[in-house]
Amino acid sequence: MTTVNLGLPAVPPRGFGNISATEPFPKAAHRELGNAQLRANLGHATHTIRDKRLRVVSELPDWEALRDAGSAIKTDAMSRLPELLVQFEEQFTARGGTVHWARDAAEANAIVERLVRATGSQDVVKVKSMATQEIGLNEYLEERGISAFETDLAELIVQLGHDKPSHILVPAIHKNRTEIRDIFLQEMPDVDPELTDEPRRLAMAARAHLRKKFLSAKVAISGANFGIAETGTLGVVESEGNGRMCLTLPETLITVMGIEKVLPRAQDLEVFMQLLPRSSTGERMNPYTSLWTGATSGDGPQNVHVVLLDNGRTRALADRHGRSALHCIRCSACMNVCPVYERTGGHAYGSTYPGPIGAILSPLLTGVEAEENSSLPYASSLCGACFDACPVKINIPEILVYLRGEDVEAKHGRGRAAGEAGGASDLKGNGRRRSLPTQMDVALGAASWALSSGDRLGLLEKGLPVARALAGRDGKISRLPGLAAGWTQSRDVPAPPSESFRSWWKKRATGGAPGEGDGARRGGAPGGGAAPGEGDGARRGGAE
Amino acid sequence: MKIALFATCIVDAMYPRVAQATVQILERLGHEVVFPAGQACCGQMHLNSGYFREALPVVENHVRAFEAGFDSGEYDVAVAPSGSCVASVKHQHAMVAQWAVERGGSGRADPTLAARADAVGQRTYELSQLLTDVLGVSDAAAQLGSYLPGTITYHPSCHGMRLLRLGDRPLSLLRTVEALDVVALPEADQCCGFGGTFSIKNADVSSAMLADKVANVCGTGAGACAGGDVSCLMHIGGGLSREGRTTAEGTPVRTVHLAEVLASTRENPLRFDGEFALVGGAR
Repeated sequence: MTTVNLGLPAVPPRGFGNISATEPFPKAAHRELGNAQLRANLGHATHTIRDKRLRVVSELPDWEALRDAGSAIKTDAMSRLPELLVQFEEQFTARGGTVHWARDAAEANAIVERLVRATGSQDVVKVKSMATQEIGLNEYLEERGISAFETDLAELIVQLGHDKPSHILVPAIHKNRTEIRDIFLQEMPDVDPELTDEPRRLAMAARAHLRKKFLSAKVAISGANFGIAETGTLGVVESEGNGRMCLTLPETLITVMGIEKVLPRAQDLEVFMQLLPRSSTGERMNPYTSLWTGATSGDGPQNVHVVLLDNGRTRALADRHGRSALHCIRCSACMNVCPVYERTGGHAYGSTYPGPIGAILSPLLTGVEAEENSSLPYASSLCGACFDACPVKINIPEILVYLRGEDVEAKHGRGRAAGEAGGASDLKGNGRRRSLPTQMDVALGAASWALSSGDRLGLLEKGLPVARALAGRDGKISRLPGLAAGWTQSRDVPAPPSESFRSWWKKRATGGAPGEGDGARRGGAPGGGAAPGEGDGARRGGAE
Repeated sequence: MKIALFATCIVDAMYPRVAQATVQILERLGHEVVFPAGQACCGQMHLNSGYFREALPVVENHVRAFEAGFDSGEYDVAVAPSGSCVASVKHQHAMVAQWAVERGGSGRADPTLAARADAVGQRTYELSQLLTDVLGVSDAAAQLGSYLPGTITYHPSCHGMRLLRLGDRPLSLLRTVEALDVVALPEADQCCGFGGTFSIKNADVSSAMLADKVANVCGTGAGACAGGDVSCLMHIGGGLSREGRTTAEGTPVRTVHLAEVLASTRENPLRFDGEFALVGGAR
């Protein structure tokens, strides 16, 4: 039995795995936006899943109650995670399994490598797993002479294409079937050279390819959707049956599970098995749900391991404003409704976790001070569609705003208040980064001064006639300098009015203004009426 | 009823006619409108950009500008012609006040601000919300004399739709405007891509979202796109203008605020001038 200490938040070291972006989001998004085929594929796929989800969700009269239940179970589990993990370990061990603990990607990868080496095998089959994607396990094993074969169809396409997944649930969402056929023709050793892009033929080709792997594999590596503390049970939810093959045929089964996947009781599955398939694939029920509890002599894998992975999760857990991001059940509903994801795809996020949940989860796991991921909280218009779609009610927009605040504080070297949990200021090397004031800093600093007093704003508004000079004869401003240049790249700005509402109201109250509506008429600055003194009771009552 | 008008900074400075139209509607219903002079801005731009420290004085100013009138009975409720600003007042002000207390250090954190902000937020309404829920307007033509010949479509901005849950309040009001044909906007619930500083920080993605919104608006054949947030309308209008979008009759496709449509009457119908519509003349 190991001792669980979740008291020291750990941040994943840089350079391991796939949760740290290598370029800022706007730059990556710009590149991805330039791919018309990608945008067409994504738009089609997300719209299809989105509509399907809405249909099946609307069938359940108690959907909102289910979301509340899911959220409550997760909140409870996060609030007593150490206790649940110990219980899980006890139960899993009692039933013949072995539990390993990994603080980060490097530790998890090393544990898995050691376990695979002990079997003497050079090959492993894999069932799609976000956690192993996160820690870069395939690349790690590959470098050490162990071949890991993905068996999920979409994951196989991505692997054969030497690509990275672009979506949690549909990793090859960015590929169309012609592109998939080309990958198969090029990368599958025994493929029929006459292969067409007919979906059925593509599936048959993948099936023939995979079956050989399943029947010869001695070791399988999986993720886990759930780990039940009460019974030490692990669960994987999938659609193709490839997972079932991996989980039952090999002699050794190694599961890598993020520590936040623990649920207190078996009964909790009732809630999640309703929430998950409807939210992710728009299905009423999940096609293949595999649950296993320890090892059974003569039946299924005889060596059963689980690697419990932290890799920044305790850091996120210690952040009380961000911890609910750990409630995520990886359904991908948020990315399917996100207008930003829909246009950029998953690669723009530079992390295993793309879309709205990735924009909060990746910085929470790595620390927002890690500059690689600090552009992610801004990769949202805060439209809120993700919050509405989330089956466990993670308030993603609110956490995005909170993380932006953390980023601004970090950039300005303002640091955190002493004693606050999750403090990143004690991190070596990347604790504080005080940068020179940006244009945004200057602009928002000045705006704060102007907008925190009615008098100041009123005074500035007296400059509106001057600002009007920026507009062309057509009354439009089509080019602005500095920061605002991004705006006028694709949008005009109307000429400002000759007079503010505040000024008009003041004149109206003192009888100096002409009739309603005239104050803003283009070119028709109301004449006369000396402006009354600042701060007089600029109000007017009563209907005329 | 005595109603405080929160014009919002962008309406005050850039679209005064939207505030004027709001005043017209409320006065036409027989209510007294008050303009608290100290008001400036809700601070949403700062808040949503993560500049909480800079947002704090803006939020404090807003709370100070409005709470005195509530306390003294000078007015009963406040209204703003903007879903996103009202959402900020209702949902973000107390949050940033709380943040300041937690952070401390700046020496200016006011422990009472969160509760005061909450009290102001609870009595602040978005225009369609006030008209429908508080003032009992269900027929704009009959109760406001609203009249506008033409065809429009309606974009329900994200914050009004999702944070305030305005639902079909704005559309229901528009449907009761005399002579007005309201056509459905495809993918209406999709964000237009404005998102405050998002449109600058992620200008490319924002432009891609805008292009789809503009295409959807123009696909309806309507002469104008109505909305309840001038910031989103400025964005959509800016795209329509840049692309030179016109109706089948060759007139530019416009954007118009809900308040302007409701304020339009047979005697003084809305006329279009520049990016936005105008309500003409004195009543």
